[in-house]
Amino acid sequence: MSRPTPLRDVHESLGATLTDFAGWLMPLRYGSESAEHNAVRQAAGLFDLSHMGEIFLTGPQAADALDYALVGHLSALATGRARYTMIVDERGGVLDDLIVYRLGDEEFMVVANASNAGKVADELMTRAKAYDARVEDRSDEYALIAVQGPRSQEILATLTDADLAGLKYYTGLPGRVDGREALIARTGYTGEDGFELFVAVQDAVPLWHALTAAGEPYGLKPAGLSSRDTLRLEAGMPLYGNELSAELTPFDAGMGRVVKFDKPGDFVGRSALEAVKDTPPRRRLTGLVARGRRVPRHGYPVTKDGAVVGEVTSGAPSQTLGKPIALAYVDAGIDAGEGLAVDIRGRQEPVDVVELPFYRRNK
Amino acid sequence: MSNIPDDLSYTKEHEWISGLEDGLVATVGITAFAAEALGDVVYVQLPEVGSTVEAGDSIGEVESTKSVSDIYTPVGGEVVEVNQTLVDDPSLANSDPYGEGWMFKVRADGDAADLLSAEEYAALTSGES
Repeated sequence: MSRPTPLRDVHESLGATLTDFAGWLMPLRYGSESAEHNAVRQAAGLFDLSHMGEIFLTGPQAADALDYALVGHLSALATGRARYTMIVDERGGVLDDLIVYRLGDEEFMVVANASNAGKVADELMTRAKAYDARVEDRSDEYALIAVQGPRSQEILATLTDADLAGLKYYTGLPGRVDGREALIARTGYTGEDGFELFVAVQDAVPLWHALTAAGEPYGLKPAGLSSRDTLRLEAGMPLYGNELSAELTPFDAGMGRVVKFDKPGDFVGRSALEAVKDTPPRRRLTGLVARGRRVPRHGYPVTKDGAVVGEVTSGAPSQTLGKPIALAYVDAGIDAGEGLAVDIRGRQEPVDVVELPFYRRNK
Repeated sequence: MSNIPDDLSYTKEHEWISGLEDGLVATVGITAFAAEALGDVVYVQLPEVGSTVEAGDSIGEVESTKSVSDIYTPVGGEVVEVNQTLVDDPSLANSDPYGEGWMFKVRADGDAADLLSAEEYAALTSGES
């Protein structure tokens, strides 16, 4: 049985198509996922992300414990700031990608993907043992609601006195939204401006209704995981299980920049990652745009002159580009400029290589 | 519960077929249940007019945001018409699956195998939804 989020009844009353995702019963879409996608690009979308994991590290050595446990330099993070980072194993393989919020000198919140949350909490507990820091998986206490899209700030401003204009990208501060305590973070996974609101489970339903009412004049729509996936894909953002896995290092995924070798002390995976950091990866994460209308999808081979030269990790029809797009790992040795195709159920469909991301918002 | 018109016949592959009883040209499309399960249809590939097909053949495909499905023909015969309007606007498969969203017409050269009545199809889909 999949676990429901605190908003399950709301999703059902909205007529959502529900799906199992990482052991959770989640809204896939409420109506047309294309309309939800477009609402986020043009106005705003409302997402239930309560499946995400929230793991807290507190104590005098919480920062040091995270420096050891993760590839990032979290002790250098200022209070109120957030950082995208990863947790790897001893071989350097990615166990999850994370956002870490520094809530205080001695308090951090690690947000993990639903599929990995238990594993990440266990690893953090093991890795923090030698430190004066407490690790608590508080995922059950929190609901997470995201408002994403260009109208997000205006919508949220009707429900809070918090200084949203002063809240920069990748920052988070405690505040009140609709009279309820919330951690208000300017983060997201859509390629748009937006906010993520971490609230107590019992506040999820009233906050959802308040945001729905506040967003109505601005064109806000509830949006499901289907549009979340196409939005992040257009924004070129990796998805764990597709572009990231324990078989790949951050360098393999083209994300070596998240590994901070210059931080003090050892960290899990350091020696393995130092050994590969200057070795060009065998395959490169590549953006593809199909010339035709058939969609390259996860697992399809990338070919050149009939030979397999890579594999699609994510693919979808792009609302914004009007063409199918895909992320793929493609052999670094080949000239990807011309003649690439994706084997779509036996037919070689021509694709062009493009710079990532596929979509970048106007700031 | 999705819409299942009484006057059509259905297949286990979630297609509808009409016009068979006239012994002339049958029209085929996908059901509202199929369209809802797929989500927004973004691309429809249909057989060529004039091609000969056999009952049960995969003769096209329907792509949505999240998935792709084959289109099977419930009857054999000659494809006499395809819905070019649907190719140009695949969202018709979602908005009007039994009307403007029809897919192709076949001059049937035999009986269709294993067709379901509306009642039988309703029973099938209530088990799947």
